[in-house]
Amino acid sequence: MIEFGILSFGAYVPVTRLQRSAIHATNGWFAGGLRGLAKGEKAVANWDEDSVTMAVEAARDALEGIDRTTIERVAIASTTLPFADRQNAGIVKEALNLPDAVGALDVAGSQRAATSALLAALGGNETTLVTAAEITTPKPASEREMTSGDAAAAVLVGTGTPIATFVASHSITMDFVDHFREAGKAHDYDWEARWVRDEGFARIMNPAIAALLEKAGVEGAAIDHFVVPVAVKGVPEMLAKKAGIGEGAVADTLGANLGHAGAAHALVMLAATLEKAKPGERILLASFGQGCDLILLEVTGAIGSVKPRLGVSGWLARRIESSNYAKYLFHRGLLQLDRGMRAEHDSKTALTALWRNRKAVLGLVGGRCTKTGTVQFPKSEVSVNANDHAVGTQEDYPLAEVPAKILTWTADALTYSPDPPSYYGNIDFVGGGRMMTEFTDFAGDALDVGADLRMMFRIKAYDENRGFRRYFWKAAPAF
Amino acid sequence: MAKGIRDKVAILGMGCAKFGERWDKDEDQLMLEAYEEAMADAGIEASQIDAAWLGAAFDAQNIGPSGIPLAVALRLPDIGVTKVENYCASGTESFRGAVYAVASGACDIALAMGAEKLKDTGYGGLPVRTRGTTHDMIGITGSAPGNFAQLASAYRGVHGVGKDDLKRAMAHVSVKSHANGAKNPKAHLQKAVTMDQVLNAPMIAEPLGLFDCCGVSDGAACAIVTTPEIARALGKTDIVTVKALQLATSNGWEMQASGWNGSYFHTTRVAATKAYDEAGITDPRSQLSLIEVHDCFSVTELVTMEDLHISKEGQGWRDVLDGFFDADGQIPCQIDGGLKCFGHPIGASGLRMIYENYLQLLGRAGERQRQDNPVFALSHNLGGMPNQNVSSIAIIGRADA
Repeated sequence: MIEFGILSFGAYVPVTRLQRSAIHATNGWFAGGLRGLAKGEKAVANWDEDSVTMAVEAARDALEGIDRTTIERVAIASTTLPFADRQNAGIVKEALNLPDAVGALDVAGSQRAATSALLAALGGNETTLVTAAEITTPKPASEREMTSGDAAAAVLVGTGTPIATFVASHSITMDFVDHFREAGKAHDYDWEARWVRDEGFARIMNPAIAALLEKAGVEGAAIDHFVVPVAVKGVPEMLAKKAGIGEGAVADTLGANLGHAGAAHALVMLAATLEKAKPGERILLASFGQGCDLILLEVTGAIGSVKPRLGVSGWLARRIESSNYAKYLFHRGLLQLDRGMRAEHDSKTALTALWRNRKAVLGLVGGRCTKTGTVQFPKSEVSVNANDHAVGTQEDYPLAEVPAKILTWTADALTYSPDPPSYYGNIDFVGGGRMMTEFTDFAGDALDVGADLRMMFRIKAYDENRGFRRYFWKAAPAF
Repeated sequence: MAKGIRDKVAILGMGCAKFGERWDKDEDQLMLEAYEEAMADAGIEASQIDAAWLGAAFDAQNIGPSGIPLAVALRLPDIGVTKVENYCASGTESFRGAVYAVASGACDIALAMGAEKLKDTGYGGLPVRTRGTTHDMIGITGSAPGNFAQLASAYRGVHGVGKDDLKRAMAHVSVKSHANGAKNPKAHLQKAVTMDQVLNAPMIAEPLGLFDCCGVSDGAACAIVTTPEIARALGKTDIVTVKALQLATSNGWEMQASGWNGSYFHTTRVAATKAYDEAGITDPRSQLSLIEVHDCFSVTELVTMEDLHISKEGQGWRDVLDGFFDADGQIPCQIDGGLKCFGHPIGASGLRMIYENYLQLLGRAGERQRQDNPVFALSHNLGGMPNQNVSSIAIIGRADA
């Protein structure tokens, strides 16, 4: 049956899991009170990731097997968008190689940015790809540093065969400032947790949840999944109890091995919930931030027919453990290491050239010769085919989703990399096409000729002189 | 139908500056050093030079672009000076310009200069530089060792050579060149090293250790060329002529198409085949007297032995370990120390190789002189990286060969 609702979902969790014990081992002398939080691990983005690249990966996870030309609008929700003035959703659109005739929307400014974006999509009639991503920016030795983590999620809303449909929503807006981060500032400033819990979560959310349930004509006990993206221990349980929602319905906040992914966390938890939801179940998604957004969904019989490529569980299983807290600090710009003169190389981007080549650069679109079938990257006027230099015969040939294999590789300790050694080499795409590219997310000993690869959208270089970042595709171990 | 360059051009004189960390010299002073030696050898006046070519790859480091730096450094008499840049093959490229000018009959005498001042960067290794606005968005700005190191991973895979076997063969290349460099007073590095030192050196780019990489040096080298007839008229009796001069430039096939396996230089194979044909050499393994190749890294030299059709494919590492290319082997390779120890001032290197071959052919190489009367000497100068490069080959020999 053709209906409007959530058509698919996906998530992304960076591969590195920083051990909280390693953070405490360094900071414990100063912040001994955080000892109780010094267990488990948090997901931290690589140096070449930001909210846009993570949103792209979550979208790819959600769009597995889905015709991308059906998408009419792309939204990205985050409080850590890389660009203040350059449509971030537009970069996501290019990386996904979507048709130009789509709308775009950046949603920011609050921890409930993702639910607000989702509500807008559910309230409209377009097929909208809602992404949410956060690269968290906690101060070293803060409680936030222990509880936060980086992640992204994506939900496709539109007309088709939904796996979940919209039942009701309720939003409250009040300028309750539990924490804040002024534009351009690196870190959050938090007010006392007890006050936030009692006056914020309890006094704002409890009545709002009750109002939603009444509006929907649903008893609290009928909620099967209560999704509350709040890292403060006990708060989701307290809210559930007040609303009459069973304790067993309270969703795992993923604190043990991911951390709280800021504005993205609502969709990350929703994605984790949809992975295990059953037909007929009700999901109540409740996000908090200067008020709250409450969304009631009902899972349809189509659940299970559409699966993310990995989903939250799959991403959590793809992990590299790290106890290198210094590396994390350096990658976040919180530790000034001597990078050497080679790091002074100017990475100015010619915007004219970027525009001309945007499909190749942002979308990894190569060329295929319509005469010989030769696949190549990048596309060129004259085919690279050694025997037939056909001119002007190439059609677009997207390579981002094509598996590849390592032809040659090295671990270069001389060239500057924020994460030395720099791994790169020549790779061959299955079905044709070759390029030299950087490798990312590799544990060093995993590299070998013939190793299977999957391309990932990453930051290629930072232009620190002008405040610009250059995106491109890198090869990661296949997953 | 063109018949090639064979015996149309003779080398009238050559010179080479002392290579190394020339902290006290600018590039123009290094050029003068090479020029004065070449002019004394040629026995001519500056007014007799009709045209000049300058090969320099990193002109931004010291001299700046165009032919003007050479014209000014030597105060050439307002003749045409052309600056050429073809990555690390720039030296041979400048030689090619001068040789072609003489062969065409447009010039009687032409000068080729290759020069580089690399020790003004503030750090070791080659300067980091852009490769164009579009390339920098989709390509790799890696280091030279990182680019060439990939040969090893592919070579091992293609030929089933063990990691330790290849590493040992690569080490032999470096130990041999250090032993040769120790006998060369103009070399940057003049100290012998042991296998253990090479094998245990810090890793630069897997699997290349410090001693698998050539030196980055300041230096200049110069050639003055003319026709054999003019050389004789100027009183030269012992004449060395150009037998072949070939250049092959990647068209993107290796990097973009499929077919190349990553373990060899496609361009070198193409240039070598054409060069032997041009020089009339049918069996390089038995006919070449000595060779100077672009040993920017040990693994580059090793695979080049195969690309020059001297060693069989996949067997170069065995020839290396057998000592075939040692100073006392059948075909000495880098008898002057090579890029590894003579040093690698980029634009000068191609001409430095020809300089050594020229000295050897004339019996003027001093302590390192090959005693068996060399006849054909090949030089191979390479720029770029394995998957996209410029490969040049020059064969010079005795005029009567």
